[in-house]
Order: sequence, then C-alpha cells, then structure tokens
Amino acid sequence: MIGIVDYGMGNLFSVSKGLERLGAESFISDDPKELSKSTGIILPGVGSFRDAMSLLEKQGLDDFLKEYVAGGGYLLGICLGMQLLFDESEENGPAQGLSLIPGKIVRFKGEDVSGKGYKVPHMGWNRIEFKQTSPVTEGLEAEHVYFVHSYFADTGDAYIMASATYDVEVPAIVAKGNVFGMQFHPEKSGQLGMSLLRNYLSLVEGKEKA
Amino acid sequence: MLTKRIIPCLDVKDGRVVKGIQFVSLRDAGDPVELATFYDQEGADELVFLDISASHEGRETIVDVVQAVAGSLAIPFTVGGGINSLADMKKILRAGADKVSLNTAAVLRPELINEGSNYFGAQCIVVAIDARYDEELGSWRVYTHGGRKPTEWEVIDWAKEAVSRGAGEILLTSMDCDGEKQGFNIALTKAVSEAVSVPVIASGGAGNAEHFQEAFEEGKADAALAASIFHYKETSVKEVKAFLKQQGVVVR
Repeated sequence: MIGIVDYGMGNLFSVSKGLERLGAESFISDDPKELSKSTGIILPGVGSFRDAMSLLEKQGLDDFLKEYVAGGGYLLGICLGMQLLFDESEENGPAQGLSLIPGKIVRFKGEDVSGKGYKVPHMGWNRIEFKQTSPVTEGLEAEHVYFVHSYFADTGDAYIMASATYDVEVPAIVAKGNVFGMQFHPEKSGQLGMSLLRNYLSLVEGKEKA
Repeated sequence: MLTKRIIPCLDVKDGRVVKGIQFVSLRDAGDPVELATFYDQEGADELVFLDISASHEGRETIVDVVQAVAGSLAIPFTVGGGINSLADMKKILRAGADKVSLNTAAVLRPELINEGSNYFGAQCIVVAIDARYDEELGSWRVYTHGGRKPTEWEVIDWAKEAVSRGAGEILLTSMDCDGEKQGFNIALTKAVSEAVSVPVIASGGAGNAEHFQEAFEEGKADAALAASIFHYKETSVKEVKAFLKQQGVVVR
C-alpha cells in the first residue's frame, strides 16, 4: 500500500489517480502514524520549498520521512517533493531540506552563457536521457516527459539516473539507495511517466513480498 | 530541448463539451472524458478546458468535470472561465487540474494573480489575455468579459504586470484573428513573447499546420492553442505534429 504524503501542497489527486490507473492501492495522509503503515511513500508537491518544509515540520513529517528511509522504506519525491529530498534550496532565501540526497536546489539563470535570455519556468515536454541503470528506469526507453519548475537540483553525477537539457543539465530522475526523486510529473507524462511509476510500484511490491 | 506544445481547447458548458459534434467515432462527443482521452491519444501535449457556463449551477459542474478528466488523463490540463477567487482556484486545482487560467477577474483585481501564485506557485497560474488592435492606442488593447469590454490596459504592459505578479504562463488570444483561420497573430505573439520571461501560448486564427509553424518560428510562441480546426477535423493534432517535425520544429 502506497502512502501519499499530504502536507497541504500538491496535486495529490492526480498522483493518486495515476496510481489507481496502474491498479495500485494508495491512501493520502498527513499523519506519520498512518504513513508508517505504508510499504512505500510518495511525496508530491508544487509550490515553494520554504513553505513546504515548514508544513512538513509542523506535522513532524520531516523526522518521520528520515526515519522511514533509514528503516529501509522506499520514498519517491515528485517535482517539489523531489527538491525537498536535498540539503537546501535558495528559493526565497536559503532553507534546509530533508538531506536525504546531497545537493542544493538552485534557480535557472534565465540567461545562457552568451547572455541570451530563455524562459523560466522550464515548462513543457523535454526529452530525458538515462545516465545510469536504475530499477525505476529498467526496461524503459527514454522519451519526453512533462516538466514544470523554476529551480533544479545541483547534485553529484552519482545521484543522477536521468537528465534533460535546458540551458544546463537538469537532473530528471535522482536516486540514492531507497530514495528516488523525479523532477518532472510522471503522472502527467504519458506512457513513459506511467511506466516509471509502475517500476517504482514494482520495487515497493518486491519489498512487500520479501 | 523543450518541445513546442499543441494544445486543443475544449469549451465546456454545464458540464458538457460543446462544439465537439464532429467526432462521429465517439459514443458521446459531449463527454469531456471521452474527448480528453481522444486528444491525449492523438498526441496533444496539454488540454485547456474553458468553462462557458452562464449560470452558477452550471459552473458548479466544472469540478466534477475536472475530477473525471484528472482520473483518466496522463497529460496536463488547464481550466479557465469564471475563476474569481483563491477559493475557486483551490477547488479546481484540488480536483486535479494542473493549472488555472485567469482572465477578467485578474484585470479587475490583479492581486488575485499574486494570491494564486503565492499559494500554488507560478506554474499553476496562467493569465489569459484577449487582445484586439487599437488604432488610437497604436498597439493592442486588453479586453475582458469574453472580449466585450475594452480596458485601459495595453497588452504588453498588462502581460508584464501579470508576470511580475506571478503568472507562470500567458495565454494570448488575438480577437482580430480568432475564428478567421488565416493564421495566428504573429506580430502580437512575438511582441508579447519577447517582452515576458514566461512561456506564451498563441491562440486565435489557426487554420492549418503551416500556421502553427509560423506561430513558433516567427511568433516565438512556446505553445499554440486551437479549437475548431481540431474539433471539426479540418486537421488533427497528429497531422500538425507530423508536419512540424518535417519542418524541423521540435515536437513530442
């Protein structure tokens, strides 16, 4: 059973509907006690990093997620949910994240090296490229996925499973052990997005059976 | 590289899609879910639902539409029409829409853009602008109330103002070109696209696949929206994309 973290920010409905289409059972909760019963967690989210962290802290969800992951539980962060997995963000002044993956969330400059401006947010369909093998991308072919974000993760190559190019290399799928993050919206990314979610579910199911 | 987006627009009235009558292959061409699924399979990159319900009761049904569509669609969609408050935005976005589009309400009370953007993030807030060329102004003027009321705003100024208040995208409709099928308003689209830092969706005037190419290449649009040419099968999303690909425009 997948637990979807509800901390007041994010399009919970489309994530849970996406899982429903894949035939997976899920529940939405803001209660660490309830969420601890799940076999895998999804942390969705849209909005600002700082607000999101303070809401997580208010519910004690930050400590819970860290403990959950330390206990071997699977966690998938989507969009802002992915960004929260990192150490800190420069959005609205520096703010601390969950520090589950090393790295920092920084803003697109909006101007390339030659001084030419480009649009921010990075909004729309962009092709991703797989950088290394990962259980979530297993058996899949890289395609276009749907991005909407103004900040991206500045992290080490070791954690980047897939990336897109938008002026800079944009980490699209990140992972460290049992923690995964997707900067794009898999639930809004057509076939490939659904397949990525399915792979995550398979991982979680594998744990359920073990 | 980011692809150029093709966005079919569906008018919804009292919970039903209107103008979708040419889809004989569909069991129920008025069913938002069936049409949305059809366009998803056709390769549409996004959808826009415009609620044109006149009554309060009619508008209430949009939430059910959003829920039903969100449950079956694996691409993003925007909902516009009659959104006047943060509470309206919450209702629509919580029901599963990815973005809301603000038009008249944003002109009447621009703080609404700030409120929505601060709460949900700029990526959720589209500001729709209805533009018509104005001789006196020597530029395009912003119209509200479905294009019936002229405002004091010049289009580029308003677009910049909207973005500074937190709009994440501009949906720009040329009233001069709308319905004419002679192509998008390139001068207008280019002027706005170059003036703001967020993506611009060109709307109004699509008649064939070449028009989309013009909007992207000359008009510098990030996305292009059309309704009737898709609904009445004058062309299809698939055909437009195949043409664009051939012309070297990056599409999905």
